[in-house]
Amino acid sequence: MIAEEIQRRMTEVLRDVLDNEAITLTRETTADDIEEWDSLAHISIIVAIENEFGIKFDLVDIKPLKNIGEFIDLIKRKTS
Amino acid sequence: MTNYFTYPLNAHTLLRKKKAIRRDLLTQTNLDDKRIAILGGSTTAEVRDMLELFLLHAGIRPVFYESEYNRYFEDVMFPESGLKDFRPEIIYIHTTNLNIRRFPALNESCEAIEELLANEMNRFSGLWERIEQDYGCPVIQNNFELPHYRILGNLDAYDTHGRTAFIGMLNYRFAGEAEKRKNLHLNDINYLSAWFGLERWHDRLFWYSYKYAMNYEAIPLLADSVASIIRGICGKAKKCLVLDLDNTLWGGVIGDDGLQGIRIGKETPEAEAYTEFQRYVRELKERGVLLAVCSKNDETNAREGFAHPDSILSADDFAAFTANWNPKHENIRDIAYTLNIGIDSLVFADDNPVEREIVRAQLAEVTVPELGSDIVKYIDILDKTGLFETVSLSADDLQRNMFYVANTERAKQQEQFASYDEFLRSLKMVAEIAPFSPIYLDRITQLTNKTNQFNLTTRRYTLSEIQTMADDDSYITLYGKLRDKFGDNGLVSVIAGIKKENELHIDLWLMSCRVLKRGMETAMLDALVARARECGLKAIVGYYFPTAKNGMVKNLFHEMGFRKLPENSWHLDISENYTSKNPFIEINQ
Repeated sequence: MIAEEIQRRMTEVLRDVLDNEAITLTRETTADDIEEWDSLAHISIIVAIENEFGIKFDLVDIKPLKNIGEFIDLIKRKTS
Repeated sequence: MTNYFTYPLNAHTLLRKKKAIRRDLLTQTNLDDKRIAILGGSTTAEVRDMLELFLLHAGIRPVFYESEYNRYFEDVMFPESGLKDFRPEIIYIHTTNLNIRRFPALNESCEAIEELLANEMNRFSGLWERIEQDYGCPVIQNNFELPHYRILGNLDAYDTHGRTAFIGMLNYRFAGEAEKRKNLHLNDINYLSAWFGLERWHDRLFWYSYKYAMNYEAIPLLADSVASIIRGICGKAKKCLVLDLDNTLWGGVIGDDGLQGIRIGKETPEAEAYTEFQRYVRELKERGVLLAVCSKNDETNAREGFAHPDSILSADDFAAFTANWNPKHENIRDIAYTLNIGIDSLVFADDNPVEREIVRAQLAEVTVPELGSDIVKYIDILDKTGLFETVSLSADDLQRNMFYVANTERAKQQEQFASYDEFLRSLKMVAEIAPFSPIYLDRITQLTNKTNQFNLTTRRYTLSEIQTMADDDSYITLYGKLRDKFGDNGLVSVIAGIKKENELHIDLWLMSCRVLKRGMETAMLDALVARARECGLKAIVGYYFPTAKNGMVKNLFHEMGFRKLPENSWHLDISENYTSKNPFIEINQ
């Protein structure tokens, strides 16, 4: 899957989970940039992304992600 | 609005869109507020969010208190916690097998294991006891799910050292306690986890990463289950299942295929599936759910279907039977009217998506499960969302259909009398009206919590609060039972009032709509006046608090001769000249 498509679908997921249609993402976006993205929302985002892309993250996948760019790369690896 | 709460639950969507769904649900009017404490042995944030959605969907707006992580025990036992100030109306203890202090070691003796079991039990019964003392409110308690792994393999289930066996014994003892304690309700996560699939339920990633004791996607199912219990506690369980006939209760179309052509019985897999569904429906009836037919058919054809030799249900099983060509939503409204129950207590089951959609559009209060058209799935769709769940079975539940069938007989007779008074006299009614007594406290509580229409104050009380009133001399309490020549209507009316100086202030006055327009309300008032005078009181003060549903009693006090006072209150002087208002009912006290 191409990165643009992943980013578009991730944006949809975040808009749904955080209930904010104004959210836009770049590769540099982090959780700190988005007000509603707290630790509870984080779990919902992880689960919603798993379902959106039909993938399953494992323990080591989730922790070290720095920004949306790394997230997209991880999804790309998992879906290929 | 899309219905996210019908079976099978779409966990993905519920979790992903919960904020938008919540926003929509909060636009509803007439929500009942409830203060609910969630005391968790693991993370409860998502449990709280999901529970909120399911409760809002049921018309309950929860205000939550959450214990800090794994502080369920301390919050109850140490009064300096915030729980006391919160004044919970319901407490949910969300524990799982991860909260069991210790499992048997493989070298322990039977006696030591028995002691371990007793200690674990005492820890929980101590909690329940303390809650009963401090709050007297209903407690919802998870039992335990089966373990993640079995160190002894199959032996784990029957060797006393096995965790599987240990959990089984704990669950058995929890069940025993729940049967004894009226305020303790078990949330059966042992069943839920099995139904969800233990392998998926025990997703350890969520435990290691976030301290959730179960798979995130099992949380909507868990919340649905807890919400079903709360609906039962709040008297919001559904009362009546309205059924279509063709391709719902039997395969085929009776009007076209004839009695020989419809599929029911044992001859084909399809016939067998319809037979089992009919059996399920009859079991619902036996546990107190009213049944009604709503079918587009000629009535003779519709009734003929139940004459099939293999039919489990008979036409007599239905408290209301409508088979005609009118739109179904009109018939459903008539059914609610005939049975004297709220439209929001009906569930409509029909295989036809068009009929389901029309009923949803025209009667938003009716619950319309997405039944589909596959007979194999009907039972799960009705069973798994706990629509009819009640927290206990009262003797009244088990006889309910009989009451309504007798009502149909009464209605037939009524038509033969010249006047309504003459009809009432012919019923030969006898009432028993007396102060609350221990054997009726369950039924009084149940009636208090579920009566919406003939209910002047719509105050809800728990069993222990009702008990307190019964024991307190500053209250006058009365229940009323009514029977007539067609049968016993059971306990149908409740009044409680508190004495203040020379007056009695009515706290509760309600009556089952089963006995509307029989003069029972005047018989209750007569008895109340008599008691109040015995206590030397000079006046009765009544209150009418309007709700969306109790419009039928807005003039009751006026009709009974009370004088209007400011702020929804009414005054009746009883110091002299009170004449009995009830000429039709003989009273046994």
